[in-house]
Amino acid sequence: MAPRVVTKLWRRCSNGGVSEEERAEGSPVGRRIVLGMLGLGAAGVAVGASLQERVNHALAPVGQLGNVLPAAGGFRYYTVTGSVKHYSGADWRMTVDGLVDKPRTFGMADLARLPQTALDKDFQCVTGWRVPDVRWAGVALPDLLQVVGVAPQAKAVRFTSFDGVYTESLTLDQARRRDVLVATRMEGGPVTHDHGGPVRLYVAPMYGYKSLKWLGGIELTDRVRSGYWERRGYDVDAWVGRSNGRDDAPT
Amino acid sequence: MRFTRAERSIHHVTALLMLVCLGTAAALYFPTLSTVVGRRELLKTVHIWCGFALPVPIVLGLASRAFRADIRRLNRFAPHDWEWLKRGDRRAVHDGRGVLPVGKFNAGQKLNAAFTAGAVMLMLGTGEVLTFPDPWADRWRTGATFVHDWLFLAVLAVTAGHLWEALRDRGAMTGMLTGRVDRDWAARHHAGWVDAVQSEHVQNTNGQETGTAR
Repeated sequence: MAPRVVTKLWRRCSNGGVSEEERAEGSPVGRRIVLGMLGLGAAGVAVGASLQERVNHALAPVGQLGNVLPAAGGFRYYTVTGSVKHYSGADWRMTVDGLVDKPRTFGMADLARLPQTALDKDFQCVTGWRVPDVRWAGVALPDLLQVVGVAPQAKAVRFTSFDGVYTESLTLDQARRRDVLVATRMEGGPVTHDHGGPVRLYVAPMYGYKSLKWLGGIELTDRVRSGYWERRGYDVDAWVGRSNGRDDAPT
Repeated sequence: MRFTRAERSIHHVTALLMLVCLGTAAALYFPTLSTVVGRRELLKTVHIWCGFALPVPIVLGLASRAFRADIRRLNRFAPHDWEWLKRGDRRAVHDGRGVLPVGKFNAGQKLNAAFTAGAVMLMLGTGEVLTFPDPWADRWRTGATFVHDWLFLAVLAVTAGHLWEALRDRGAMTGMLTGRVDRDWAARHHAGWVDAVQSEHVQNTNGQETGTAR
C-alpha cells in the first residue's frame, strides 16, 4: 500500500503532465463545475443587490408572483408564533391603558370616528427587502393618544399583538410623530390578516419589525421596554438607514 | 458491493440534514407555507443548525477510503460520460448489458454530485453572512440573500430530481439502503463498473494483491 500512496503524493506535488492513469479516468469536470459555481456565486453576491432590484422591477407587472416567490419582490410574511387568531373588523377590540387619564377600549368603528391620516410610504425590512409606495391609512398615533390623555409620568408606549407573543415599544416622542399610524387600511382596502389585520401599527421611519402586526393593546409606560426582536439583538431605536448596521435610504 | 457502511451513513445523514434544511427553508420562504406554519424563530434555529452541520458528515467521511475513491470517480468525466449526456438512448440495454460502458456513476449522477457540492459550499458561505451579518455591508448582505434565495429554488429542483430518479429505480434504492446490488442490475446500468469490479476480482484471486475484495 505504501508505494501507492507515495506515487499519489508525488503526482499531486509535481506539476508535470497528466499521467496515463488520469487520462484513462477522464477530465476533472466535477471539480470545474464546483469551482465554476463558486465563481458564479461570488459574482452573484457582488452584483446581487443591483440585480435583485432589476428582478423586482422586471417582475413588478406580474404582480401576484411576489406572493409565490418572495425573491420576486413584494411583502414577505413573518410571524413568530404558530397560528394567529383571525379577527374580523366587527370582533376586533383594542385596549389602551397604563399611564393614561381615561383608559378605554376601541373597536373599528371608534377608530373610524377619529381623524384619519393617509401616507404613501415604503416598507423597509431589516432583512433587506423593501416594498415601495405602499398606501397606508388609519389614525395617527398622536391623535389616538390625545383621546385617552397621556399622564405626565408616561415616557414610552408599549404595543402588544393579539398573537400573544410579539411586543414593541416607542418612546413618547417617537409615538407622537405624525407618520406613526394605527393602520386600518392598506393599499386602498382593509389590512388583511396576513398583513397583520384588521389593525396593525405602521411606524414609517423605522424598520418593519417596529410595525407590529395584529395590534391588540397599547399601554403607556414609564420607560421603554425591549420588544420581541430587540431582546434578540435588534436595535430599539430602529431608524431606517441609521440602525442595525444598515445604510438603506430613509423611508 | 456498491456502498460501504461508512458511505451509506454519510449519505443518509447528509440527506436528512439536507431535507430538514429544505423543509424549514420552504416554511420560512414560501408565503403560503409561512402563513400556515409560522414559528419563525424555531424554524430559523433548526435551519441554521442543520445548515452548518451539513458539511460535517462529508468532512468526517473523508476518513473513508471508499468514499474518497467514489469522490474521485464522481469528479472524472470519461468520453463515454459525454456520450451518455448526448445520446437519446443512453439507458439502452443490449443482451442484458448497457450499450455504454457507464462506470460506477453515470454522467447525470456526476453532475448531481458536483452541483450539490457547489451548492452546499455557496449556501454555507452566504448563510454565514445572513446568520452573522454584523461585519458585512448592506450590499454584501443583499447579495448573499439574492444568491441564497435563488440557489434555494435550484437546489429544491435538483434534489427533487435526484429523489425522482432514485425512487423509480428499485435497484438503485437497494444499493443505497443495503450497500449491495445484483449483478444484472449493475450490468444494465453500470456495465463499465461491472467489468472493472470483475477484472479486479480476477486479479485478487490470482493472488497479485491480498486483502480488499472490491
